[in-house]
Amino acid sequence: MSEDFTIRDRVAIAGIGETTYYRRGAAPVSEFELTLEAILKAVEDAGLAATDIDGFASYSNDRNDPSRLATALGIKDLAFSNMFWGGGGGGGSGAVANAAAAIVAGYAEVVVVYRGLAQGQFGRFGQAAPLKHVSWPMSYTAPYGLLSPAQTFAMRANRFMYEHGVKQDALAAIAMASYHHAQSNPRAVMYGRPLSREDYDNSRWIVEPFHLFDCCQENDGAAAVILTSAARARDLKQKPAYILAASQGSDFRQSAPAHNAPDYPSSNFKTVAKRLYAMAGVGPDEVDVAQVYENFTGGVMMSIVEHGFCKPDEVNEFCTFETLTAPNGKLPINTSGGNLAECYMHGLELITEAVRQVRGTSTCQVPDVNISLVASGPMVSPVSDLILRA
Amino acid sequence: MTAASTTERYLPEGLAIPAASPDGLDTEYWAAVRRHELVVQRCNACRGFQFGPEWICHQCRSLDLAWEQVQTRGRIYSWERVWHPVHPALKNGCPYVVVLVELPQAGNVRMVGNLLGDPMQPIVIGSEVEAVFEDHVEDEVTLVQWRIVN
Ligand SMILES: [Zn+2]
Repeated sequence: MSEDFTIRDRVAIAGIGETTYYRRGAAPVSEFELTLEAILKAVEDAGLAATDIDGFASYSNDRNDPSRLATALGIKDLAFSNMFWGGGGGGGSGAVANAAAAIVAGYAEVVVVYRGLAQGQFGRFGQAAPLKHVSWPMSYTAPYGLLSPAQTFAMRANRFMYEHGVKQDALAAIAMASYHHAQSNPRAVMYGRPLSREDYDNSRWIVEPFHLFDCCQENDGAAAVILTSAARARDLKQKPAYILAASQGSDFRQSAPAHNAPDYPSSNFKTVAKRLYAMAGVGPDEVDVAQVYENFTGGVMMSIVEHGFCKPDEVNEFCTFETLTAPNGKLPINTSGGNLAECYMHGLELITEAVRQVRGTSTCQVPDVNISLVASGPMVSPVSDLILRA
Repeated sequence: MTAASTTERYLPEGLAIPAASPDGLDTEYWAAVRRHELVVQRCNACRGFQFGPEWICHQCRSLDLAWEQVQTRGRIYSWERVWHPVHPALKNGCPYVVVLVELPQAGNVRMVGNLLGDPMQPIVIGSEVEAVFEDHVEDEVTLVQWRIVN
């Protein structure tokens, strides 16, 4: 009975689309036009028409709402519109999962998951809004100058590093892996801008233990992926990336106000990763390549642990440049450059890259990829996970 | 015992001013710190502590919660030194230190504050700290800061 209630292997990502990725403020067109462009590219990649879309899913309070998109695109029948709760990148995989669920449930047949983001045209995530007053829960943090995401999450990372004796080298290796992969990727904003260990060490502190290069970029652009049933995807233009498993959620009281999560030094993936592997029927040893959301390298470090790739006390040995880089590392991560070095598209660019790894078309291709994992969100709540298979 | 207090601000003026929640959830907390008293929510049913406050006890689901005065002592659970200003008021205010302090006498609930003194002082997790009530007279609010206990 229970196997009836799963999305496992029933849906595939059939198309991916991305605009040019820009530095913050450099996009020549509006955020809405960027979003349209990404969607049009994704349907073209799939071999579908825009009018085949009958569902929309997004996350992180995307400003480009499905009704406006469906109206602008001339969609005849808007059958599904969905927003994943929560901020940051926690909903990237979750939006894909919601879209897959809608297809399995029969609500819609072709669902686009999209993210449009022009931080140059709207507010910046890395800056605090100059409010006159703050109340619960920000009243317990903001008056003390704990304002930005970097400041919010450095506190967690520092405690984890204290408990497990993690050295700065682990964070440096995560940043350098992303930058290394971006050097092969012409789409990457940091293409042609390699990062040496010396550059990393010499970069300014944003908030200890995060240097400048431990922090994601701020960008303009848009990305989209097209989902349809596994059966239909097989007859389309691209090799399908089948959704083997997805999960979303949060560990016990991770949103406790004023930094009171009981399991504090955590990326919030413990229960979510467990459910992911249970649905997939595979374990961490079978993962060929992973896209691990980098808001900050400290979150990647804890995500690697909580997805079972190493134990907390093994981070110094595991998180090395050799381990984390394609093609031959034990766990190549963020093979397009990710949020740090390709583009901060709130992690939807990690999902397009996970698809490329399944297709065999990444600019940093890992050989013979069967299992391609995406971890969306670390340290926010809720977070979400996705496994694609060839 | 009179708690330590100061009218000297650790951070420059201009950051958002804390206000009690409009729904009344933490009116008593902000009133208590004005009196230089540290209070934590405590459940009348199961006696569990809870912070930040919520309308229900997460341990036993009782809605009967009270505010209990606790000792103004704690220990550093985590910390960070901020170098990059993300608010106009902090342009000349960096670096500064934010600490996360746990209160062993109140179920190890945690509070965020600043660590008073030289921002470049070496900081050791586990160090004993005591609260210093920082009065912002014009704004009619008080912040809870922390200093190392010698
Ligand atoms: Zn209770």
